[in-house]
Amino acid sequence: MMVKSAFRLLWLLVLIAVMSACNKSVSDRTANLPPLAPSNQDLNAGSWLPILLSRPDTFAVAAPAATSSPAYAADLNEIKGYQHSITSDQQSKIDYWAAGGVLRWNELLRDLVAKYNLPPYQNSDGSYPIPSSTNPFAYPLFPFSNPPYAARAYAYVSAAQYDALVACWFYKQKYKRGTPYSVDSTIKALGGKTALASYPSEGAVLAGVAAEMMQLLFPDEIAFVQQKLQEQEQSLIMSGAAARSDVTAGEALGRQVADLFIARARGDNAGKAVGTPTDWANFSTAAEAKNQVPWISLETPARPPMLPLFGKVKGFLCDSAAVVALRPGPPPSTSSDSMKEATLAAYNTIKNPTREQTRIVQFWADGIGTYTPPGHWNAIAAQDFIGQNYSEVRWARNMALLNMAEMDAGIVCWDIKYFYFNPRPTQMNPAIKTLTGVPNFPSYVSGHSMFSSAAAAILGHLIPARAGAYQSMAQQAADSRVYAGIHYQIDCTVGMTVGQNVGNYAVKRATLDGAE
Amino acid sequence: MINTKTIALLAVAALCLLRPMKGFAQTDDDALMMAKKNLCINPTYSYSSWDHYWEGTFKRNNLNLGTVSTQSVSLMGNYGITGKLNFLVGAPYVWTHASAGTLAGMHGVQDLSAWVKWLALSPKVGNGVVSVFLLGGTSLPLTNYLADYLPLSIGLHSKTFSGRLMVDYQLGKFFATASGTYTYRDDITVDRTAYYTTTLHQTNKVYMPNVESVNFRTGYRSNRWIIEALFSDMITLGGFDIRKNDMPFPSNKMESTMVGVHVKYVTPIKHLEVSAEGSYTVAGRNVGQSKSVDAGILYILDFSKSKTKQP
Repeated sequence: MMVKSAFRLLWLLVLIAVMSACNKSVSDRTANLPPLAPSNQDLNAGSWLPILLSRPDTFAVAAPAATSSPAYAADLNEIKGYQHSITSDQQSKIDYWAAGGVLRWNELLRDLVAKYNLPPYQNSDGSYPIPSSTNPFAYPLFPFSNPPYAARAYAYVSAAQYDALVACWFYKQKYKRGTPYSVDSTIKALGGKTALASYPSEGAVLAGVAAEMMQLLFPDEIAFVQQKLQEQEQSLIMSGAAARSDVTAGEALGRQVADLFIARARGDNAGKAVGTPTDWANFSTAAEAKNQVPWISLETPARPPMLPLFGKVKGFLCDSAAVVALRPGPPPSTSSDSMKEATLAAYNTIKNPTREQTRIVQFWADGIGTYTPPGHWNAIAAQDFIGQNYSEVRWARNMALLNMAEMDAGIVCWDIKYFYFNPRPTQMNPAIKTLTGVPNFPSYVSGHSMFSSAAAAILGHLIPARAGAYQSMAQQAADSRVYAGIHYQIDCTVGMTVGQNVGNYAVKRATLDGAE
Repeated sequence: MINTKTIALLAVAALCLLRPMKGFAQTDDDALMMAKKNLCINPTYSYSSWDHYWEGTFKRNNLNLGTVSTQSVSLMGNYGITGKLNFLVGAPYVWTHASAGTLAGMHGVQDLSAWVKWLALSPKVGNGVVSVFLLGGTSLPLTNYLADYLPLSIGLHSKTFSGRLMVDYQLGKFFATASGTYTYRDDITVDRTAYYTTTLHQTNKVYMPNVESVNFRTGYRSNRWIIEALFSDMITLGGFDIRKNDMPFPSNKMESTMVGVHVKYVTPIKHLEVSAEGSYTVAGRNVGQSKSVDAGILYILDFSKSKTKQP
């Protein structure tokens, strides 16, 4: 009797367990995508306006061997050899890369940004070490890929990919060499079919760009990226989409175009954005001269402000005069009644947050250890681009437009932040607790608002049917910073406006680049 | 939480180190049973805090958190279906707080825990008695609280299911109890759409590694007093280390070794017992080095027609 009831109860618990046990596998939302199948091959993309290249054929790509040549026959034999005994692991790598090279490299870059987005741990004397690109593999690892750094990294990789694919498309149209599976019917198309010419390989162009850009952006990851490059190129060849000679030419072209961007990056002032202790002190002095309470770090020990000279970085869309012209008027004086009211409003907002508010805060937080707000907008864009069936070159162009807008939003925002050097709500009233970490830079204007509003402007132009959705997402991202207690309302309101103005520069470029 | 070490530690595990409520006269990790048709009502207050934690294997403090404390008030009941089959259920209200920095504390109702405890065998061995128990337990989040906010979230918001084998040996007034527990943890859903572990995950679902734990307790046990020393050890079967200066995450690899003392006293007042416990985390990984105390009272309601003697 007793044993019977014991078993009954145990069975009941087992049943509960089985019911709740159904969720023990987690997969990425882009894990099982079909091969990229462009609705339009954008065959004229060789004539689109590049960003740094003066001409699509600035870098010469030699004519390919004829498909009837012994060299090409050897290329085809290599593919046949692979296809003779393809493993499921090889096929899954083919499937992964076939979903789109721009998408996959964008995801890998987001991965690296998240990996390196960690503020350095303090020294024993309370100072902070500064990551250095000249001292790789030593702590603190270079870079600290915080939001401005990340915005710039996404922009350089995307812009270089775009220029390289414009050149790639130019040569594809010039040489019109078919894909291996279209030349030889015994070769299977294991990663989907395309009507696009094969030489030079667009996938290899993207791999070459990525590999080259890492020297600058994530020097500790050159080996990792090289491994991904080989994986992508191997997959392209195994799938029958590209011959060895398509890949070799593509990678070389990608690397050459990337070198142009690296040269620009070395001179764009980002290397000086950390500033010096004198620079840091000058911001306080300047604010005090205007009778303003200067921003101070709310971390213990106090951390130097994040990339205070990032506002001086050379933007892709806005030049230094435009950066100044985009600067809004000042926030309320720190001694004014309206500042007191704003501080009280911030205090009242965080006192009793609703669960929906904390959800919004966490959804948009994109703080340390994440791919940052620009990365979040890359993720949002990528998800929508997948549904648009873009060609690789249009993927690259749209990502470049988005990320140039994000980088320039970062530049303009950082210029404003350090021009006004305005304190965070918690500095004005320490009773203001926050629902996410307080970013270590001045309050006015909100970076989330600027990144989001700039992104919404360009994405709404690219996919007009989603413009309203992007606008409300951006508004929610801005609101999240108010709910979190880390921004005044005005930081976000003004940030949204200025962000849109920056985004409009990208919209303007989009209307002029020949792709619409 | 009447849930044991295991589940508590999970919840805890995180840096928030919520302790299991153990002031229970007859809990899910002791070798005591409620008599048939007796119900033990057990409110417990618990306080736990730490100012050092392990970031992976690196032990550190954090001046932007100061001392992280967790308080909870729990209510649980243990009903004797028979003298050999008990049903335990309970839930806590939890508050968290950081003494420094800007991060806001959280509070709310956490997880419902339920256990079935079965005294399967109790043969005499030598001059003593061996008791073998089988237990099955589950925990279910009662509210939609924020889990991805360590170290200040009130729990990990994972549904769990645990199986435990426990063996007790009593010789005169001295005893020793050992148990081992395996806890299955369900995936959780977080508010963000991507997160980094050792690689980027583009999903709001988080795989939670399962947990193994052992518990050992020994001491003096009479009808009036229980005075025992405690040792427990838990480990997640997977998960990843917190990187230097990163935030903790619910699916971190977590390990914790604790020692403690537990005292229970059956008062002269009929049906009333009191209980207190202190414990200390001596070693850990991706958890706070918590010091915990709790105190509870136990009131026994007897629904049997013929009064049964309390164990």
